[in-house]
Amino acid sequence: MNLQDFIPFLKRTFAHGVHPPEHKAYTAGLPITRLPFPPKVILPLAQHFGKPSRPIVRPGQEVVRGEPIAEADGFMSVPMHASVTGVVESIERMPSARGPKVESIIIRTYDAVGQRTMYGMERNIDRLSREELIEAVQECGMVGLGGAGFPTHVKLSVPKGFEIETLMVNGCECEPYLTTDHRLMLEDAKNLLAGIRIAMRATGAKNAVIGVEDNKMDAVKHLRATIGSATDIRVGVVKTKYPQGSEKLLIKSLLDKEVPSGGYPYEVGVVVQNVATLAGLGRLMPKRQGIIERVVTITGPGVRKPGNYLVPLGTTLRHILTQVGFSGDAGHLILGGPMMGTTVASLDVPVTKAVSGVLVMSDESVTHDADRIYPCIRCGKCLEACPVHLNPSQLGKLAAKRQYEAMAEAFHLGDCFECGCCSYVCPSNIPLTQYFRIAKAAYRDRVS
Amino acid sequence: MKSPAAPAPVTAPHAHAPGGVGEIMWTVILALVPALLFGIYMFGWPTLWLVLITLAATLVGEAFALRLVGRPVGPTLGDGSALLTGILLAMTLPPWAPWWVGVVGGLFAILVGKHIFGGLGNNLFNPAMLGRVMLLIAFPLQLTTWPDIAPLHSAAAPSLAESLAITFGGAAIDGVTGASPLGHIKTALTQGIGVSSSAPEVYSFIDGLFGSLRGSLGETSALLVLLGGLWLLYKKVITWEIPVSMLLAVALPATLLHLVDAERYAGPLFHLTTGALMLGAFFIATDMVTSPSSRLGQIVFGAGCGLLVFIIRTWGGFPEGVAFAVLLMNAATPVIDHYTRPRIYGRDRQGKPLNYDSEKEGRS
Repeated sequence: MNLQDFIPFLKRTFAHGVHPPEHKAYTAGLPITRLPFPPKVILPLAQHFGKPSRPIVRPGQEVVRGEPIAEADGFMSVPMHASVTGVVESIERMPSARGPKVESIIIRTYDAVGQRTMYGMERNIDRLSREELIEAVQECGMVGLGGAGFPTHVKLSVPKGFEIETLMVNGCECEPYLTTDHRLMLEDAKNLLAGIRIAMRATGAKNAVIGVEDNKMDAVKHLRATIGSATDIRVGVVKTKYPQGSEKLLIKSLLDKEVPSGGYPYEVGVVVQNVATLAGLGRLMPKRQGIIERVVTITGPGVRKPGNYLVPLGTTLRHILTQVGFSGDAGHLILGGPMMGTTVASLDVPVTKAVSGVLVMSDESVTHDADRIYPCIRCGKCLEACPVHLNPSQLGKLAAKRQYEAMAEAFHLGDCFECGCCSYVCPSNIPLTQYFRIAKAAYRDRVS
Repeated sequence: MKSPAAPAPVTAPHAHAPGGVGEIMWTVILALVPALLFGIYMFGWPTLWLVLITLAATLVGEAFALRLVGRPVGPTLGDGSALLTGILLAMTLPPWAPWWVGVVGGLFAILVGKHIFGGLGNNLFNPAMLGRVMLLIAFPLQLTTWPDIAPLHSAAAPSLAESLAITFGGAAIDGVTGASPLGHIKTALTQGIGVSSSAPEVYSFIDGLFGSLRGSLGETSALLVLLGGLWLLYKKVITWEIPVSMLLAVALPATLLHLVDAERYAGPLFHLTTGALMLGAFFIATDMVTSPSSRLGQIVFGAGCGLLVFIIRTWGGFPEGVAFAVLLMNAATPVIDHYTRPRIYGRDRQGKPLNYDSEKEGRS
């Protein structure tokens, strides 16, 4: 037990941030359950950050659940695996969460087939070298399941000249509503620890710390019991505050180090991985399987049976929401959490590797009662909220004047990671975060 | 408040904290109401007319300016910012000032103080204080005529008819006026009378605290203003930095100099409970638009306001200096903001990315 877990002002945290209502109680107590298999899955070739995968199946080909259907296109890419047993219907452009259609493999699920994962081979991963481990992680198709979708093997490959002291395991889940990581820590702690060991070996990390917000003390207790007497893995309790789960802030909270602006965590001897990602590695790698399903929190005022559901990748929102019952329309769907998630325009969008939640909101829950945008009154609430300590108010005024160069060069817009805190607190309802997205894109265009 | 033209937010964040501009303004107004009502009670009907006229002038000025630039009039008036300017201006006026003082002051505050700069959020100076200083310089006689306390029910109170004559008829009110405590000790000093004998003639701490002293209509009761300010702190509409640094910057030098020469310099309690200091510290200097946004900047700003108030009161030509002090510091706000920029995560104070390598070399 740790004294800091109990004394509020000793609790580890970063400066600034916001406290949106958590809304986690709807699903935090509900065990992970499986939904019926969908009649078809849509698997976009670009579910991750980097180069899209290259298909290795053709239309009409039968595939077995777990079988590779696309290969990695270089190091900044990952392979894909069939998430159902069935037949490849087509490879064509389908709607995606981001809007534009993207090349996807569509598999029609066979009815009356036991959807057992048929592919894989037991192996002893303890025998693998660091390089072989990283190769095996790529083979598994793993990407950051917390929402970033960054290929896990790339993050585990530490550039030459850098030594990793600490593997930071991100179990904060600071977005309101979402509870998938919470449930995984409670239900899959063994695989999580196995995954932590794999990542520690792949990076050469000497110790690991699992960062958990203090609204999940049951998970903290369970993890500590599972860790037992091991001394190189510990649980670090941090204050419940948004965006605690941002990796650079979690490093500040738990290790009191700051990643240099524009740099990466390995520069301060840290690699950060999400709990779901590592639990996935721990579960899949010994069986030499790829990632084919994930846990998604389906919740929000518009959902009849909220819960944490295990679904095959590529399952459409339409299938999931029909199973759990919902009211509302596509305009109220959010993939991810309410602070950083994206609204989706179509119910035919599939769940991909980086989707941790689907929220069905009601009118009242998304729009603020005073939608009118007022001028900035310089109240300074955004300065108090910005976890990077930028001046969103000043940046917003520059954005209105389209002075993108000044924003980027004099006011360090590039350090903004679009957490949404400034927009969240702004009493004038100025869509600051959106201004900054536009400004960044415009600046990139001008510079290039 | 909901306008049908505004689209639902389709980009993150999809959640928003409660509270908007209107809520902030109305909370401040609510915090001022007790001191305002008390002022009206203490000085009677002419005060009520003056307050109403000043508010009407600011609202008409705001509506006119909004029409001129083609912005929606109704919702903007509803946000309470113009009303707040009117209330603050009225509270700093002499209670029996004639009607045109309220009209000229209110219109000047809104049109020149606020809308010339581009309206809400864009003004460099506190509109109410700009209005007050203009009045003070243009009409010094009307702005320094302080009636005696004459609560509504008392025998000294003017009747309804008399009150109309005072406010609208320009009736002479010579017999029942005198100097404010700050003015009184300043005049006495020029005549060679020390503070220890001049102050007790017009001031006691209890009177200053509860508000039975001559002065502007909303400033008399330091206690009611203080309670309103504390409520704003509790509601998190303002933060402690400006009020605390401003009050300390008056109280500390006052204490020090009072200990050195009690005949020449009034004590801290006298300063804290007279004039517009309490109102200034909690309601005027804390105006978000015209004060720095960072916490450190607010401390510098508040301390600057306080010091200037003390300097003007002690050595300046005017007995009171809150309006001047706030306006001078308003002008300094952009500079303060520039030099109190917080350090960004992952960067040093100069804004350069942190360099761990050089640090490591230094350590080994």
